[in-house]
Formats: sequence, C-alpha cells, structure tokens
Amino acid sequence: MPSHTVSAYDKELESLQSIIARMGGLAESQIAAAVDALYKRDQEAAQVVIKTDKQIDELEVNLEHEAITILAKRQPMAGDLREIISALKMSSDIERIGDYAKNIAKRTEAISSGNIRILRSINNMALLVQKMLKDVLDAYIDGDAEKAKDVWARDDAVDELNNSIFREVLTYMMEDPREISAGTHLIFVAKNLERMGDHVTNMAEIIHFQVLGETLDDRPKKDVSSYTVVEAD
Amino acid sequence: MSEAAFASKEEVSVSETTSENTVEQPQHSVIGEGKFSARDVHVFYGDNEAIKGVDLEVESHKVTALIGPSGCGKSTFLRCLNRMNDTIDGCRVTGDILLDGDNIYDPKVDVVQLRARVGMVFQKPNPFPKSIFENVVYGPKIHGLATRQDELEHVAEVSLKRAGLWDEVSDRLDTPGTSLSGGQQQRLCIARAIAVSPEVILMDEPCSALDPIATARIEELIDELREKFSIVIVTHSMQQAARVSQKTAFFHLGELVEKGETEQIFTNPREDRTRDYITGRFG
Repeated sequence: MPSHTVSAYDKELESLQSIIARMGGLAESQIAAAVDALYKRDQEAAQVVIKTDKQIDELEVNLEHEAITILAKRQPMAGDLREIISALKMSSDIERIGDYAKNIAKRTEAISSGNIRILRSINNMALLVQKMLKDVLDAYIDGDAEKAKDVWARDDAVDELNNSIFREVLTYMMEDPREISAGTHLIFVAKNLERMGDHVTNMAEIIHFQVLGETLDDRPKKDVSSYTVVEAD
Repeated sequence: MSEAAFASKEEVSVSETTSENTVEQPQHSVIGEGKFSARDVHVFYGDNEAIKGVDLEVESHKVTALIGPSGCGKSTFLRCLNRMNDTIDGCRVTGDILLDGDNIYDPKVDVVQLRARVGMVFQKPNPFPKSIFENVVYGPKIHGLATRQDELEHVAEVSLKRAGLWDEVSDRLDTPGTSLSGGQQQRLCIARAIAVSPEVILMDEPCSALDPIATARIEELIDELREKFSIVIVTHSMQQAARVSQKTAFFHLGELVEKGETEQIFTNPREDRTRDYITGRFG
C-alpha cells in the first residue's frame, strides 16, 4: 500500500501498531510467568506478575490517547479507520488477558497444595493460549486474515481442556474435601485461561475485519462447564 | 412546474387562491426510481478526452456525491447533466444521458426547460445584483410559473423557507442579495434554484467558500431537500461526501473508478485507487 501524502499520519498509525505489539508481547510473557509461578508455587514470582500488569494498563491508556488524537486530527477513512478501531478494541482485549494473568498470580498463594496432574493440565492449557496469542499477534503485524482465522478456529481445544479440568477437579474435591479450597481456585485458574482464549478469538475476529472489512460468523462455543454436573456415586 | 407544486403540502390555503393559474403538475418520480441514467458518456474538449465512458445511475430522492482529485472529470460530468457544457467552445459530449428515460442531448430538447428541471448551485454564491426577493422570483418569472404579485410572494416565501433562510430575511426582502453573509448567499442561491420546482439539483462544491457553521447549515439543508429533489453534489471534502450522500462515485483521470453505497465506499472500498484517494495516499 502506498504511504500517506502526510507522512506523520503513517508514523502515528505505526505507533499504534507498535503499542499493540508491546502489549501483546507483555501479555504473552505474563501468562507464562503466572502459570509458572503457580506450578512452582513461587510467591515472589507471582508478585512480579502482579506488578508487571500495570505496564499493560499504562500502554492501553497511551494507545487510547493516541488513537483518539488520530481520529480527531485525521478523520480517517476506510482501511485506516478500521486499523484504528481495531487497535482500540484489541488493546482492551489484551488488557483483559493481562488482568486474568494477574488473577492467576494472585491465586498462587491460596493454592498451596495443588494436585500435580491438574497443574500439568493447566500448564498445557496455558501453552495453548500463549501460542494462540503469539499467532494472533503475528497475524496482526502481517495483516494476515487467514492466519487470524486459523487462530480463531483453535479456541475449541482450549474450551475442551477447560471442560475436562473442571470435571477432574470436581471429582478430586468429591473424593477429598481437603481439596476443595485449592480445587476451587484451580477451577478459576482454568476459567481464566479459557476466557483468555475467548479474548484471543475476539482479536482474531477484529484482525479479520481490519484486513478484509468483513466480519467472521459467530463461532460455536465449546465451553460447556456452565452446564457440567458430577453425579455422586 | 407550477404554483401547485409549491402548494402541494403545507400551503393549502394559498394554493386555493392561485389554483386557476396552475400550468401542470411536475412529474416527480417516486422514491427509489432512477432519475438520471448516463450510459457510455464521453466528453471531449477539442482533442482532449475529459470523460472516458462513464455509466452512472442517479437515484431519485438520494444524494449522489461525485468525488475525485482535481481534474478527474467530476465537475465536467456534473455539468453534462444540465448541458452546462454546451456553452463551452469545442466541448463535445457523446453517449446517452437519460432524464426519466428521455435523452437530454436529443436535438428536440429545450435546454432552458431542461435547466428548469435540473437546477444548479455553484461553488461561489452568485446572487444577482438584485434584492433578495427578486433573486428568488427571477426564475419563476422568466419561466412564467408565477406572474401576480401574491403568487410571486408565495413562491419567494416557500422557497426561502425550504432553503432555511426565511426567518433570517423575511423582514428585509428588498435589501440586496449581495448584502447577506456568504452562507446566507449560498442558501439564497439554493432558494433561487428550488424556486422553479426543479426535479434535480446539481451542486458544484457548494460549501468550499463557506465557514464550518455555514457548511453545517447547508449540509443539514441538503438532507432536508432530498425529500423533494434528487441531488448530485461534487465535493472535495471526503467527510462531507460521507456525511451528506447515500451514493458515492469516485472519478479519476476521466474514468468512473468505483460507485456504490456511500457507507461501503468510505469504510471498505473495493478498488485500490479509491482506497488510496479517500485515505490520503494519492501520489
């Protein structure tokens, strides 16, 4: 695409993109750090995650400010307009992902005796979500709608892992009431990761719209944990 | 093209007194119907081809915006629609331009009548050096649409009201049109254009000489006028085209590059050239 006649306009749009990339990169490492701290029950590492979340929040505020300034100054049209609106929407998705990572870190203290099998499943789930987030950010930087759509289709796996963790934790809690406290927190942790997956899916939809100007159809939800019950023997 | 056209709605009591002068009811087409239909229109200035085979429908009761960089042919095309190009030496138009199905370039067409049906508002407000009243009733007088003083007063009032100027000038109709502010003068020119009950109003950058407030008033007016008339507007302001029109056509180097719903053109244009122009990327 040719550059704008006003070159400052190009620089302003590039700045938005670079803020999104930084926010996304931070969120990606926050997920890894939060789940790692949980796995190792490392309180100090968890505190670092909680503090680092502020950086994402600040970047979001900066991005909003810059986006509003561009809207006021340039009256963007067509692809430029979609790009700015996309950046605004994606920044709030990434900010939420950061919040969920922070919430996982906060629960580290409460989960003193997490069941190791569950923690492994949670680790796997986190890896899936991180990979999705990484790929969606790549799709964003490359303006690749197909890649975004591919990420969009992968959220099913995250939903299914959440469902199975939910059932598993319920079973452990029924077997041993001492597991209830940690188990409840682990269910929230899995749910946090599942919600992150949803935000990544949102981002994929936004990128698809930004690039092609067309929305993706509704994705069928595979998260059934809201309806799951475990029968007592 | 008659007094009755003005009286058709709100002015019932006055129309009763003037109905004997009714000539004929103008054939306004219903909403959604095509008004103008241009087919393979070429315009030459001597050997220079300014418009290169344009096909475009102008829909009734819609605002169609023609956009494009300077020299793209949008104003030339606009001027074809009421044969304003006839006055330019060496200008030749080929192809068909149909108004309600009739070719306006047919030799039998009375150009004066055509311009009464297809009015025009220009970039710079150009009131006649006459009073506000005389400016508005000039057209109806020469076209014989109104002759008696009460008829003329009625036409002036209805036209000025429709142009959103009545409240500002009703107590000084005998002052010169040129004494008004730029924005008021432009609304006076719109009142003058609609005084002859045209079916289409052509506007060639009607706001480019006006300040933002006067521009906003004209834009508001355009939206109201759409109920009665079909409007074709040439504008350099993309934001204005996006605000006031329902249909947009993008011209470049004499070609019609893309036409479509305004919303689609400005949010998701299909052609690269359109995208580059409306996003400010033109080389």
